[in-house]
Amino acid sequence: MKKIISLEDAVSKIKDGMSVMCGGFLGTGAPEAIIDEIIRQDIKDLTLIINDTSFINIGGGKLINHKLVKKVITSHIGTNPQSGLQMNAEELEVVLVPQGTLAEQIRAAGAGLGGVLTPVGLGTLVENGKQKIFLNDKEYLIELPIKADVAIIKGYKIDHMGNILYNNSARNMNPLMATAADLVIAEADHIVEVGSIDPNHIVTPGLFVDYIVNGGQINE
Amino acid sequence: MSDIRAIIAKRVAKEFKDGDIVNLGIGLPILVANYIPEGIDISFQCENGYIRMGPEPKPGEEIKDLVNAGAVPATILDGAAFFDSAMSFAIIRGGHIDATVLGALQVDQYGNLANWMIPGKLVPGMGGAMDLVCGAKKVVIAMEHTAKGKPKILKQCTLPLTAANEVDVIVTEMGVMNVTDKGLVLTEINPEYTVEQVIAATEADLIISENLRNMQ
Repeated sequence: MKKIISLEDAVSKIKDGMSVMCGGFLGTGAPEAIIDEIIRQDIKDLTLIINDTSFINIGGGKLINHKLVKKVITSHIGTNPQSGLQMNAEELEVVLVPQGTLAEQIRAAGAGLGGVLTPVGLGTLVENGKQKIFLNDKEYLIELPIKADVAIIKGYKIDHMGNILYNNSARNMNPLMATAADLVIAEADHIVEVGSIDPNHIVTPGLFVDYIVNGGQINE
Repeated sequence: MSDIRAIIAKRVAKEFKDGDIVNLGIGLPILVANYIPEGIDISFQCENGYIRMGPEPKPGEEIKDLVNAGAVPATILDGAAFFDSAMSFAIIRGGHIDATVLGALQVDQYGNLANWMIPGKLVPGMGGAMDLVCGAKKVVIAMEHTAKGKPKILKQCTLPLTAANEVDVIVTEMGVMNVTDKGLVLTEINPEYTVEQVIAATEADLIISENLRNMQ
């Protein structure tokens, strides 16, 4: 069906300067083939929204290493020395967000919410520049939704309608990001026939997915 | 002297009750899983998206897409469940974790914790630490008592905080300290040290418990 396209065609829809959400937790569950193709097509000045900047040679960390990212919104950069070096050289703007807050900001964008109220970050640098609110005698930070132009995500089995089954700890931010971008490109370990995944096991309904690419069972 | 990290991990492992849901930070805290007393069943939650983490697999027996929150290959036990990051942090932030064990750069007598950045030097980021410290019912700090002789347990943290007033217990190779309204109370001491040595290695004021016990 029409959702499945070549890696090259899918990635050519990502343009210089776009905001890109990228799945993966320290690289597990990252769409490696899509990332490699972004590097090959030299798509740059990206704003990257990602759980962590992984390692220089794994997952979204490769985009940092190839200097294709101008700004990253993430919870952790400590495992990728390039993130810190580029930040200190003022080549990369780094916005650090508590991990659970980042997840909820993405979820809020996908769910049509105006933001989330969280106690996490109160009394820390995270609250700088943010609105606070008292409700029922408790204080919260107001955290705004985060949307992106594109989400690049990774599924284990994806059927021709884009329904996604994830594998083990490769799920992480992927299902959230699938809901929060204008264009969603999903990379499959295995592309399977419609009906072959038990609907009870589908985590991301196909309606969120615009294009499916074959990841060629990378890392297997 | 025995391995400092093992002493700390072994003692932290006694902080849990049978059936507890526990999240271990990466580094020293993850070692705690090796010392859970016989007959105590703990469900370890990993913020990368599952509960009931098991031991590390043997080399060659790694499972695809199954790692702990430090990207080290992991296994799962019967009763495990996988979930996405929003569910993972609903569990963490929502008060469904009985205890979290984290390392620290600094901790102070008010229960403030600093463990995510040293301005101008090291900025790894907070990862899930702020959510964990804020949401877990009990926050245990597992760390070496000093940084090469320089106190880490202070009157007031000088580094940017991870969270304010959230730490409950500090376990080091020298002893166990509870954070109370009155200040830090030394409740257990490693018999290899004297109280005077612990006080000298601690910048914060220490209240010595009347029931001070040997740490085991």
